Amino acid sequence: MTTGTVPTQERGPATAGTRGIAAYRGYRPPVGMLSWALHRITGLGVLLFLLLHIVDIFLVGYGPETFNELLFIYRHPVFRIGEIILVAGLYYHAANGVRIILIDFWEKAYRFERQLFYGVIAVFLAGFLPTAFFMIRAMVR
Amino acid sequence: MSAPRPRVGRERPAGGFELYSWYFFRISGLLLIFLAITHVVIMHVINTVDEIDWNFVADRWGSPFWRAFDWLMLFLALLHGLNGARLAVDDYIRARGWRIFAHSILWSAAVIFLIIGSIAVLTFDPSAFQAASTAAGS
Ligand code: HEM
Ligand code: HEM
Repeated sequence: MTTGTVPTQERGPATAGTRGIAAYRGYRPPVGMLSWALHRITGLGVLLFLLLHIVDIFLVGYGPETFNELLFIYRHPVFRIGEIILVAGLYYHAANGVRIILIDFWEKAYRFERQLFYGVIAVFLAGFLPTAFFMIRAMVR
Repeated sequence: MSAPRPRVGRERPAGGFELYSWYFFRISGLLLIFLAITHVVIMHVINTVDEIDWNFVADRWGSPFWRAFDWLMLFLALLHGLNGARLAVDDYIRARGWRIFAHSILWSAAVIFLIIGSIAVLTFDPSAFQAASTAAGS
């Protein structure tokens, strides 16, 4: 259970036989390193928010006064910037998660490592920019 | 055991708990794309945080569909996220004692937050407060 970091079995693409792990490029630096670091940071960041969020939503059960009083936090400008960053993190993590899953299940994906990462950035921007637009519009209004 | 390579993502584990964990990450991740992104779009695109208040939530939780949706999201995001934190713990904490300690914290957090979140979404009863909220005029 604690051996998660050291693979017990190297798994290259089925066809790669002798090349083994060296052929598994989708996970490797330089692109692999940056995308992985971002994946971990965004995942842990969203988790931290989620834990606070479960507590704040718990207060719904204490009735309108208690809950509405707390909501000034969500509307505070500093927190609103934080919400935009949170959404950016979530969207990146989701897009890159799909890339990881693709590499896991599609043998040839490792050949398109760079393209896939650009794809992640494209999907991320396509989702994030419109969302950020609405969030900023609501904020300045 | 050879020196650990820098881990950049990881390979499918051979079996046991780690293999289940590996599959769980991928399946819950795919479901969370739908759940978490829909949730954020509802909160920030369709509505704004200025419209969210107690009545907003009471309204949404009037529907069993959104309660089920929120509970599923709670369950999957919490276990996926804390299990992810466990991967990070395994990478950075080498000493056996501290690792067991850190794992205990993570699994306890999973149980505690799952209970808190489930109480919130499953036992919520707006009728207990409805009078107060109309009196408050919101
Ligand atoms: C800043 C952005 C967000 C806002 C304003 C927000 C708002 C809300 C609101 C008003 C509820 C009450 C239930 C409902 O109306 O459906 C809720 C519940 C919930 N949200 Fe969010 N949310 C945000 C981001 C997120 C993110 C990123 C996640 C995923 C990790 C998440 C996970 C949840 C969960 C699991 C619940 C159910 C909590 C429970 O069962 O106790 N939320 N959220
Ligand atoms: C939106 C859809 C999501 C997708 C597609 C997704 C996908 C993934 C995938 C494929 C992994 C890699 C697991 C492995 O190495 O075996 C992962 C790791 C992780 N995820 Fe997610 N995830 C999503 C949402 C979330 C949410 C909402 C949270 C936080 C509550 C989260 C937190 C984490 C963490 C902390 C890790 C561990 C990263 C590491 O240490 O390497 N993820 N995710």
